[in-house]
Amino acid sequence: MTDPRLDPRIALARGVAGVLRLGGRGATSLPGRLLMRLDRGALARLSGRLPQGSAVISATNGKTTTAAMAASILTGAGVRLVHNRAGANMAGGVASALLEALRRGGMTGELGLFEVDEFWLEQVVGELAPRALVLSNLFRDQLDRYGELETIADRWVQVVEGAPADTALALNADDPLIADLGRSRSGVLYFGVEDPTVALPGLEHASDSKHCRRCGTPYRYEAVYLGHLGVYRCPNCGAERPQPTLAAERVELRGLRGARFDLRHGQHRAAVELPLPGLYNVYNALSATALALSLGRSLAEAAAGLERVKPAFGRAETVMIGERRLAILLVKNPAGANEVARTLTLEAGEHDLLGILNDKVADGRDVSWIWDADFEVLAPRIRRATCTGTRAAELGLRLKYAGVPPARIRVEPALDAALDAALAGLPDGRPLYAVPTYTAMLSLRELLAARGQVRDSFA
Amino acid sequence: MAELRVCALYPDLMNIYADRGNMLMLQWRCAWRKIGFRLVGVGLGDELSSDEHDLFYIGGGQDRDQLLCARDLVEVKSGALHAAAERGAVVLAVCGGYQLLGHAYVLGAQEVAGVGLVDLRTVREEGPRLIGNVAIEVELDGEPGPRVLAGFENHGGRTVLGPGEQPLGRVLRGNGNDGASGQEGVRRGNVIGTYLHGPLLPKNAWFADWLIRRALGLDALEPLDDELERQAHLSARRAAGV
Repeated sequence: MTDPRLDPRIALARGVAGVLRLGGRGATSLPGRLLMRLDRGALARLSGRLPQGSAVISATNGKTTTAAMAASILTGAGVRLVHNRAGANMAGGVASALLEALRRGGMTGELGLFEVDEFWLEQVVGELAPRALVLSNLFRDQLDRYGELETIADRWVQVVEGAPADTALALNADDPLIADLGRSRSGVLYFGVEDPTVALPGLEHASDSKHCRRCGTPYRYEAVYLGHLGVYRCPNCGAERPQPTLAAERVELRGLRGARFDLRHGQHRAAVELPLPGLYNVYNALSATALALSLGRSLAEAAAGLERVKPAFGRAETVMIGERRLAILLVKNPAGANEVARTLTLEAGEHDLLGILNDKVADGRDVSWIWDADFEVLAPRIRRATCTGTRAAELGLRLKYAGVPPARIRVEPALDAALDAALAGLPDGRPLYAVPTYTAMLSLRELLAARGQVRDSFA
Repeated sequence: MAELRVCALYPDLMNIYADRGNMLMLQWRCAWRKIGFRLVGVGLGDELSSDEHDLFYIGGGQDRDQLLCARDLVEVKSGALHAAAERGAVVLAVCGGYQLLGHAYVLGAQEVAGVGLVDLRTVREEGPRLIGNVAIEVELDGEPGPRVLAGFENHGGRTVLGPGEQPLGRVLRGNGNDGASGQEGVRRGNVIGTYLHGPLLPKNAWFADWLIRRALGLDALEPLDDELERQAHLSARRAAGV
């Protein structure tokens, strides 16, 4: 086999990656983007060198955490992985990861594990022809960037139809938009939550897919777990949630500390103490387990890997600032915000919040979504809210109309000043909960790194 | 005690751009002034009463839902809505709702009839969606001078007003109705349509008060502590570059 590194296009892209690393920029999607411009078939050719093929995860919410969980399971089972970095989840990011893994005569890893942006899924799946494809959820996200939810769902129908017959497909049974993708395919692994005790009293305001994917009639929900995820049935055409073969049962949410639940798959059962909080992470754990099962791993291996998982990049990560504890909870859209709010209400006492609302492209330039999130649930529990970011005042206003008294709201657009103010007022022994949007989280980590409070801003 | 009676049309379907924000602004700004507030949602197939509401609201929706609503608006609710507008009720239609106020919405070969409260026509063009922060200058009766409305627009349709129709405002930044005319929205008396979501009223608390005044026929409202509202308005204007 010829050494692919001798291909001038690959050599050039690798050279660019090297220059970026020397410049301290870390690996970005740029080398991969460059390579794909030079060589349209690069993804297929490079991934073809992975001896165990690849597995792909996509969703609106939880891609990065699900990939981290799957990585924990698979590396624990001795599989050497090639995976893309958090956020670098478009085709260029996947290509960069493959380029970086390239060695003489092969790859540094055996299996490619890639989280892929919703919008790029069609192209990436087309080129990778993955062994396993896990689709977890579709929520209202960045409409200015992605257009409407149904448009993405329609594109995903094409993705599933175009996926090779031997690609193992795992779908979230509880999301009607996702479950319906398996309509004309056999052998789909459906996963879902089976525990009415963690159901919500009804659909939340931000619920997206309330109407039947097939006939447009409103679904009837027997249980709502999160946003529009739950146990549903269309009273008109009878389309209903498929029975999950992989389920999370006996779920116990323990605030920020994590969650405990049983995984059930056929005759097998495994208890999991998950160190990540909230029902949304139970769903992420189900997605990661579905991926592992699709690749032939056992339920016991999945449970063990889930218990070892560390929070991914800003997702329920805790940082110590001197004696003070800062918990960082990324929020990107209403469904995510609702889950963070629900998790914080499980923590005792009144909370100090550092809300950081940015409107850069990666956050979504349209900040409308804050009005779809149910901050009302959290409002009575807020002792002090410091609002910062490029749209700080609008977040402050949102909290006021959610019921937080204005005297408890402070608007400070400069992040460093806001962080200092929030920490200065913090009661002894209480944590500060930082709730940033995506670019805000990166800025916060950079600020903490510059102050020596986290080791590496791209950890 | 005065009471603001609001009717949200199709709240389950036409709510894509956080339209709840507009309702929350009206609700709280009434409550803080001891003005009663009643919100009724009216959905597909429901009869609409022309005289039980002071303000009718219709927000934005996904294409498929918007088509369902267009048909229902024309077939079930047109008479009541016209009667309400004639007696001076406020109609606020945002984004997709705005497109339904006019005569027609043209999607390729398909022409969808609107409710025809104002003379306008919207065509979905092949060109890119008009997306971004936007600011317009408006002159409204009862306001001392021109004022600014800030928001966010995201629409594929281009809207053209009929010859006798006035826009809601003049585009300062952004695209407005069609990206070319410099016009944004429509206003005929108390019937208002606009592409500004974001949502509109949280970014422009003064306009929420203007709507409350118009809907209740009041000359003035008790002032509120609007420091956060003022900052939010400036933040949205800054985002639009005004």
